[in-house]
Amino acid sequence: MSKLLYIAFIMIFTQNYVMVQFLGICPFLGVSKKLDSAVGMTGAVVFVMTLASAVTWLIFHYVMEPLNLDYLSTIIFILVIAALVQFVEIFLKKYAKGLYQALGIYLPLITTNCIVLAATLLNIDEEYTFIQSIVNGLAAGVGFGLALVLFCGVRQALENAKPPKSFEGLPITMVAAALTSLTFMGFTGMAENLFH
Amino acid sequence: MSVMSAVLALAVIGAVCALVLVLASKFMAVPVDEKFPAIRECLPGANCGACGYAGCDGYAQALADGSETRPNLCIPGAAGAAAAVAKVLGVDAGEVEEKRAFVRCSGDCETAKRKYEYQGVTNCSAAKILFSGEWACPNSCLGYGDCEAACPSDAIHVVNGVAKVDYRKCTGCGICVRGCPNQIIDLRPVPKSVIVRCSNTQKGAQAMKVCDRACIGCMKCQKTCPSDAIHVTNFLASIDYSKCTSCSKCAEVCPKHVIEKLF
Repeated sequence: MSKLLYIAFIMIFTQNYVMVQFLGICPFLGVSKKLDSAVGMTGAVVFVMTLASAVTWLIFHYVMEPLNLDYLSTIIFILVIAALVQFVEIFLKKYAKGLYQALGIYLPLITTNCIVLAATLLNIDEEYTFIQSIVNGLAAGVGFGLALVLFCGVRQALENAKPPKSFEGLPITMVAAALTSLTFMGFTGMAENLFH
Repeated sequence: MSVMSAVLALAVIGAVCALVLVLASKFMAVPVDEKFPAIRECLPGANCGACGYAGCDGYAQALADGSETRPNLCIPGAAGAAAAVAKVLGVDAGEVEEKRAFVRCSGDCETAKRKYEYQGVTNCSAAKILFSGEWACPNSCLGYGDCEAACPSDAIHVVNGVAKVDYRKCTGCGICVRGCPNQIIDLRPVPKSVIVRCSNTQKGAQAMKVCDRACIGCMKCQKTCPSDAIHVTNFLASIDYSKCTSCSKCAEVCPKHVIEKLF
């Protein structure tokens, strides 16, 4: 249990994919303009990452390990995640119309995003168990959402600020992203002391 | 050997994924309503809500699934959109009454009197909360441009303290009508060119004190009108557009120049 909490804590705060490991920067900059799109994207990422963690763990341990194909994990995981997302999209469209409309346009966007691949590969590298993998995927998604929602607030404050002409638009957003990610450095070392 | 197993494993996993997707798309296919994109294509995409639905998508959806049968609700799209929608649905288009917004106030910074100087948040809703705004007339244009902010077609602007409609851009969607906290914006049918540019319902003497361009309820227009289309109620003239012939006789006799002929 404490291991699960530890995984959740590091994925959300100390090892946050976006803010500390700089993965998933494309959706981070792309959909953080408005809060509702940020929340929609977060929902899709959490959903896909949790599912992908479970499925890839099963495939790795029951198909790839017996065949000594560990080195193929990157390409197989990409394949499996892409197929999975497509399947989930078709499934939701048929059986969960509301959820499909909420996540709809964001699902295909994250099919090949590095953040999903990173979560699944990390599960294998860290030798997590099945449950730990799922928690890892879920917490990584929540961490992504936290970063997105926080940065969304920063960007909305930026709307009212008047940066120098040459900084307008993307440059000032990059600077703001850098400063926001600095705040996550404040969590460094916290997890080790909390859980050990 | 390891090469073979790698290639095979990848091929098998790929094939299984493909098979699952093919089966899924076959058994879980959702029939796409072909009408919806076709109807949506006909609508102008202003998302103004004048049809009574939440944007063009909502109206198109309602038309496509049959819960809405009138193809002529789109005001910005006017007759063109109605005809296109009717063609997709295979029904008669009907008539679209095109409308344009007009502001029932002409008290600008020179003619209207102020009762205090407002220095708060610069929007009409906020100004109205503070003693109904700075203008002495309770039904005046507040002049901070809530309508301007609401307008999707950039067709209404505050000029010299009073909102003015730009008829080259106005589509008659009525968003400004709902956006005005003093409710002084109204819609008129396009061919009708005479408007009353005042909303003041105070008695003549009081109205005269608060604004030089206020309707004082003198009844001259009502007496002059040959078609019984303009009436004074609560000391304010208003035009019944179902009877008005746009002869503009009322505009000629109005002593306060509140009635205006646009074209």
